[in-house]
Amino acid sequence: MSTSYAQGPLAPPAGALAPTQPVTLRINGEDHTLQIAPWTTLLDALREYLDLTGTKKGCDHGQCGSCTVLADGKRINACLALATVYQGRQITTIEGLGGEDNLSPLQQAFIDHDAFQCGYCTPGQICSAQGLLNEGRAKTADEVRELMSGNLCRCGAYTNILSAVMEVLHDGQVVVDNGTLVTIPMQPISANSAA
Amino acid sequence: MNSFTLTQAAAVDEAVRDFAGHAGAAYLGGGTNLIDLMKENVSRPAHLTSLGHLPLSDITGLPDGGLRLGALATNADTAWHPEVEARYPLLSQTILAGATPQLRNMATNGGNLLQRTRCYYFYDLATPCNKREPGSGCSAIGGQNRVCGVLGTSASCIATHPSDLCVALAALEAVVRVQGPRGERTIKFADFHRLPGNQPELDNTLQPGELVTAIDLPAQGYAKNFTYLKLRDRASYAFALVSVAVGLEMDGNTIKTARFALGGVAHKPWRDPAAEKMLEGQTASPDLFRQVATKVFAEAKGYGVNSFKIELGKRAIVRALEQASEMDQAIDSNAFLNSNP
Amino acid sequence: MSQTIATPPTVRLDSDVIGKPISRPEGPAKVSGAAKYAAEYNVPNLWYGYIVDSPIVKGKITKIDASAVLALPGVQQVFSHENVPSFAWFDRSYKDDVAPGGSPFRPLHEPEILFSQQPVALVVAETFELARYAASILRIEYAVDEDFNTDLDKARAAGKGFDAPKGKTGFLPPPKPKGDAEKAFQAAAHKIEGEYVHHAQHHNPMEMFATTVEWLGDGKKLKIYDKTQGAPNVQQYISKIFGLGKDEARVISKYTGGGFGSGLRPQHQVFLAVMASLELEHSVRVSLTRQQMFSLGHRPHTIQDVKLSSDDQGCLQSIEHNAFAETSQYENETETVVNWSGILYKSDNSKFAYELAKIDVDTPADMRAPGAATGSFAIESAIDELSYKAGVDPLEFRLLNYTYTDPTEDKPFSSKRLIDCYHEGAKRFGWDQRNPEPRSTREGNLLVGWGMGSGCWDASMQKAAAKASLSADGQLTVSSATNDQGAGTYVIMTQVAAQTLGLPIEQVKFNLGDTDFPVAPIQGGSWTAASVGSAVQAVCQEIGKKLLKLAQRMENSPLEGIDFEDVQFADGHIRANEDITRTVAIAEVLAASGEAKVEAESSAQPNPINTMKYSMHSHNAAFVEVKVDEDLGTIHVTRVVNAVAAGRILNPKTARSQVLGGTVWGISMALMEEAYLDNNLGRYMNHNYSEYHIPVNADIHKIDVIFVEEEDDLVNPLGVKGVGEIGMLGVAAAIANAVYHATGKRVRDLPLTIDKLL
Repeated sequence: MSTSYAQGPLAPPAGALAPTQPVTLRINGEDHTLQIAPWTTLLDALREYLDLTGTKKGCDHGQCGSCTVLADGKRINACLALATVYQGRQITTIEGLGGEDNLSPLQQAFIDHDAFQCGYCTPGQICSAQGLLNEGRAKTADEVRELMSGNLCRCGAYTNILSAVMEVLHDGQVVVDNGTLVTIPMQPISANSAA
Repeated sequence: MNSFTLTQAAAVDEAVRDFAGHAGAAYLGGGTNLIDLMKENVSRPAHLTSLGHLPLSDITGLPDGGLRLGALATNADTAWHPEVEARYPLLSQTILAGATPQLRNMATNGGNLLQRTRCYYFYDLATPCNKREPGSGCSAIGGQNRVCGVLGTSASCIATHPSDLCVALAALEAVVRVQGPRGERTIKFADFHRLPGNQPELDNTLQPGELVTAIDLPAQGYAKNFTYLKLRDRASYAFALVSVAVGLEMDGNTIKTARFALGGVAHKPWRDPAAEKMLEGQTASPDLFRQVATKVFAEAKGYGVNSFKIELGKRAIVRALEQASEMDQAIDSNAFLNSNP
Repeated sequence: MSQTIATPPTVRLDSDVIGKPISRPEGPAKVSGAAKYAAEYNVPNLWYGYIVDSPIVKGKITKIDASAVLALPGVQQVFSHENVPSFAWFDRSYKDDVAPGGSPFRPLHEPEILFSQQPVALVVAETFELARYAASILRIEYAVDEDFNTDLDKARAAGKGFDAPKGKTGFLPPPKPKGDAEKAFQAAAHKIEGEYVHHAQHHNPMEMFATTVEWLGDGKKLKIYDKTQGAPNVQQYISKIFGLGKDEARVISKYTGGGFGSGLRPQHQVFLAVMASLELEHSVRVSLTRQQMFSLGHRPHTIQDVKLSSDDQGCLQSIEHNAFAETSQYENETETVVNWSGILYKSDNSKFAYELAKIDVDTPADMRAPGAATGSFAIESAIDELSYKAGVDPLEFRLLNYTYTDPTEDKPFSSKRLIDCYHEGAKRFGWDQRNPEPRSTREGNLLVGWGMGSGCWDASMQKAAAKASLSADGQLTVSSATNDQGAGTYVIMTQVAAQTLGLPIEQVKFNLGDTDFPVAPIQGGSWTAASVGSAVQAVCQEIGKKLLKLAQRMENSPLEGIDFEDVQFADGHIRANEDITRTVAIAEVLAASGEAKVEAESSAQPNPINTMKYSMHSHNAAFVEVKVDEDLGTIHVTRVVNAVAAGRILNPKTARSQVLGGTVWGISMALMEEAYLDNNLGRYMNHNYSEYHIPVNADIHKIDVIFVEEEDDLVNPLGVKGVGEIGMLGVAAAIANAVYHATGKRVRDLPLTIDKLL
């Protein structure tokens, strides 16, 4: 034993904790008023105070995209947003995109293409894909890959995520099969091939 | 994360006053770096002056033909602004090469200038770091310094500035407008960030309480011959190991004006005016570019793990100059040049 | 409860449910956010625990000053070794089902620090934010012991290696030597010798480890929502340590946000959450941070030395494969690393060794294709190197040295269609168009390279149990305490049950992840499909037998006198095989019986005769195209064909996803993954998702998955081999081999980052 090490506060602890205050968030079209301190993030507000646990915590540092929600239609990382600062914004979470019995086209496409395995990054992927659709910037497979790169998937479902997003992006007329773009004919070639 | 109070300021002078009125205050912009640092306990402000309501989100033309980027305009809104895409495609491309769509929707232009290094040790309270805790030592020297610098380093710090945006702003010779307790002033981009020297805790030349209000771009946007080359450990969502932003004014094959800056190699976006001069009036050629690259890294110092950046940086300069000089039309800023084979 | 020894299928598996690409039944819950993971059960009156971890790598805590923390309103307790009561005394109480040999780490047990980021205290408070803040101001003083080593190379140079001891379930010691490998190597026409290295890699599942303990206020009764790959293993661990009965510690894990091996052993957050809940008599949640996820085990840094030789035709003359891997000071984590070389290739002369060295890190852990991903990178790179030396195409070289029996055990394979993987994969990839010359193909600035690799993995089965209940309205519910970390357990078990009883899939529900259900093994080793699938099949057969009896009790039963073996279940009916007009609807049987439901419980275990007589493995061959920017050192994997022989594929949709995932893991291992260890500080420095790189969407291009036909009646009743690990094998080597083909540069040290190609 040659040295000692002290782990602890860098500065003396604050005299008193910052008080909680009422914060009103508009989430999925409804107002929710919470009694929270400024240190509560939008992500924790959703998960711990509102039981909206569809929004996931995968890193809590803006490094994975699991917490992606839409603020006024734009995708953001809820883990880096302080809830109090997002008052007055329209927040949409995965629960707001569609429930188990009324899935959105993206949600359905994710199931159809098996675009998830463990499912933990999935709500973030879908909210991110919804943000991508709202932006209207990505068209090609390469552009979708790049603009879906803010969402890690450790299961490695990326090719299926791409297929699902491409299908919705091109209204069901385009899918990506094994990385190759396939255009689906507008009309079935014959009655027999329709299936 | 420590406990803090928060004020939403509605005007710039109100924000400056609010900051001055609270000990241990910090300005909160998009939060993408500050909240991260607060969760790591690297930043422990007692008060946040939130800037979200300040009227600083506009992007507007300037009388001299330049463009003013509001400090609170988001990275995404800036990259996809029609004026930026058309006249400053280098800036657009650079922004899109950084972070992710989510982060770019949150992060502000002003905040981007103030983001802190990604040096592993800076983020980890368990380790000595002169930038975080002056006098504690630099663990990166002799440690895991893959993300650290090779130019302008000092014995007390080898951290790099992690921004992409700032690399383009350096090449474009932007001007930073700030407002503080003593009023407004402007700072040339080259003077905004600093080298570590003996005071690595200081990233930039802002005075306490000063707030970035806008970034002014000069009229020259190098919209015809430009490139942002970013080399990183994966195709997207990674900080640059080395990056190069180039803007050239060409006359046929002759370089009239050259501006370039490097990211990932120094405590600030690295400009080398003498190297730029070597290009001006010369015919574009790989040989010339190699000479320029050699000049830039002549004084470079590697620290073991990161020594590869010296050779990589040279090659990146050559490639970026080749790309920029060969280009004769503005490209779609939405193209993902660097990430795809 | 009856038990079934695995036998060849007694139920026909060729009808319409098994083998079909059916979507996951839990899909709607996952895509809508309704699926609840461990940290998402917001039980009433929940308190939050936040872990404080060690900034030092070795030493001792000398003082903990919690006064400032305890003074904060809302902080309930600070737990550390100073005030955590002693629970079970002996090591064996802390040993879980898959613990390696040694003395398991006991959180907050002693002041000694064994590894950096070791949990040293738990702060419990009324909100998450308060607990997090309180943890940051807890003052702890340490006496630092500078005499530590985390550098495996240094340990090796100092002669600290020792033969890996037995003791861990599933670990196979290196095969016995054959012939005289050294002599054959000396005499051979072509030879190569190489050292292959990968560094520590961390599992990093997307869901961070978390446990929500619900205090039920009734004696010591707890409901433990845990992130794990095996609820029964956690229950057993918790019960032994805290002296809780099975009904006092119910462990629930309906959804697991990935595990990849990190959730095989109970992790320290479950101990801490249960301890805090019992001490405070309150519901408590403990979640790790992403940074803390780097203290839960990792794929061990391993150095491998391979020597291969061949005759002038390319026939292997000798195989020598030695591995040297890290373990912790307190446990001996072992993997099966070198054996795969012996199983894949025939050679009269072979020699293997596997050594460990103790360094000051947390115990490594099984991580997707443990040992095999390691060994396969080395042997498949070395085979590629030797093929060039011998002037034989790498595919041809593998065919030349193909073995139809397992040379390490001198047993036949229960089935081995690796040769079809080679042929079908090569055909799909277009391998015959390959110019063998390195650096022969360019595309603008880029060099193009093609490479291949192959692999094998155990097709194993563990004992598992399931129960089933068929209600009068025709709804079948089957339950087992197994897990679905994303592998597709929910869907394939639903398929097996529906198929066995001939019910529409919509009428079948499969439940898992609850220790109130019959015991199943942890989800690992690619054995869930075989193990739990066989149990599900067995219990559904039990239900079938009961139904037949009830049917035969009906008046004028058309099935009177027929044995169970002579009927089939299809379209909701029971039919006589010999005369399908002799039939009765299951609904009618239930209605006539007057029973509200028919129930059964059953288990299945491997057939010991078959496992003794045969070597059982899945196989794959991966073909890869890379594009390399030689000046800038960037590598892109633009195309992969991964051909897999893994017995019967229960669900090609989810099985394909498993192989896609395995392929992405192979790409990740080859190009990105390394935990940067600072040996001055004994600490992993890139301990976050920003700096520990795994692929993003933009890194992943075309991946083609082929399942070759493989029938195997010997491996288990369902004929399945599992697909969780196999897809990862061969991929990393194929990439390194393709990079060599592109550039002429051989890199033996993963990951292949930019700097290594400059």
